[in-house]
Amino acid sequence: MATRKIPQLICPAGSLPALKAAVDHGADAVYLGYRNDTNARNFAGLNFDHKAMVEGIRYAQARRCQVLMAINTFAQPGRFADWQRAVDGAVDLGVDAVILADVGLLDDSSRRHPELRLHLSVQGSATNYEAINFAQREFGVRRAVLPRVLTLAQVETVIRNTSVEIEVFGFGSLCVMNEGRCWLSSYATGESPNTVGACSPAKFVQWQRSPDGMATRLNGILIDCFADAEPAGYPTLCKGRFEVQGETYYALEEPTSLNVLEILPEIARIGVAAIKVEGRQRSPTYVAQVTRTLRAALDELARDERRFSVRPAWQAELARLAEGSQVTLGAYSRPWR
Amino acid sequence: MSQDFTIPSFKLPGVLSTIGAHLPQWPHSLALATALNVAARVGLLPADSLAQLADRSFVIEVLDAGGVASFTYRDGLFRPLLTVPQAPDLCFQANLSAFLQLLARQEDPDTLFFKRELSIVGDTELGLLVKNMLDAIEWPPLPRLSPFQR
Repeated sequence: MATRKIPQLICPAGSLPALKAAVDHGADAVYLGYRNDTNARNFAGLNFDHKAMVEGIRYAQARRCQVLMAINTFAQPGRFADWQRAVDGAVDLGVDAVILADVGLLDDSSRRHPELRLHLSVQGSATNYEAINFAQREFGVRRAVLPRVLTLAQVETVIRNTSVEIEVFGFGSLCVMNEGRCWLSSYATGESPNTVGACSPAKFVQWQRSPDGMATRLNGILIDCFADAEPAGYPTLCKGRFEVQGETYYALEEPTSLNVLEILPEIARIGVAAIKVEGRQRSPTYVAQVTRTLRAALDELARDERRFSVRPAWQAELARLAEGSQVTLGAYSRPWR
Repeated sequence: MSQDFTIPSFKLPGVLSTIGAHLPQWPHSLALATALNVAARVGLLPADSLAQLADRSFVIEVLDAGGVASFTYRDGLFRPLLTVPQAPDLCFQANLSAFLQLLARQEDPDTLFFKRELSIVGDTELGLLVKNMLDAIEWPPLPRLSPFQR
């Protein structure tokens, strides 16, 4: 029987019930954030206050599930102390690692908390092994989360040329494949994940019923109009339909979710350390459904790689939850290269 | 992948929405406001989120049942609105089965939104706050209902 080391499963927790759902359904680690702009899911009513944080960390760690704290926005001018406080708080709470993007914060944290395990956030936008090895040399980064821009072969090249653990996305809504460097939300609203912790913040979003269906506006800009029963996506500029040379279509990206089930054996073979599930903004129900599906797939892979096959029920469950009700392999498979 | 029970997706017959729309709507509003007050009183709803609901008007529209509930939150209490506001701050619209699936945590609200089975009209940020507030509730374990078990 061929058994191999399988990647860890890292699941999102936007609330205490979501955290418990992830832990109960087989996550190896959960990631979470404070209720403020120090993390890139700073949405109204989401995330953890101190009390929930303490209870969540206790619940997870007591069940041998690690807790990673995302402090992955960029410290804003004059407020560096807020980000320092967030890191200090994470240390006091005893999280297993912090996920950082800001180079200044990485430097500061590595000096003030040499024992703290640092992960480089996807928002740090390190897409090559030179960038990752730099973060290791300068800040002692132990793991890097790769932006969703690389093919599987490119991910393998990165892994072969670094001793930093590599984490990749396994399931969830796709960005415009330019994480950490995207200006679209800032262009439309003046706010972005890197600055305020939210892409296309809700206060700029309006859904309007019209005879043609549902119109979506972002800061007044019409970005899409859905006919009744046509699948919808998140109200971001990258997933809008625009008129280009007389044709109106998803000019940048279709609303869709990444799903790596099909290439799970290759991901394990090339030595990926961890697979991340996107979706801290989603409900405990989503977290439970995705976690148990990927857990089942990873366990089957661990049992016998040669007999691994993607079960239709797994695919069906994940496709149902997907943005725009469709899934893709994204950049991992790019036959046109 | 077993769950103790599942609520199927269904749509009530069209005639019900016609009848339902002609029935008085205040009992729904009163029942919903009462339930929310109980939830708030036993500490299921976080105080900091509740404070942000003050003086806003909410409408819950069950499309296939023709039922509408409307309420506001003032001075620490959810209060039914006897007349449904024309332009509420926030309106959630869905069929009965979708609302039941949401309440039972069987479906994810974003999934229902992507599938166009749930719509949110009005102040989107307020909608997000309410959605996240409901997601963060730690419901006591449901009793095991044998008729629904598979």
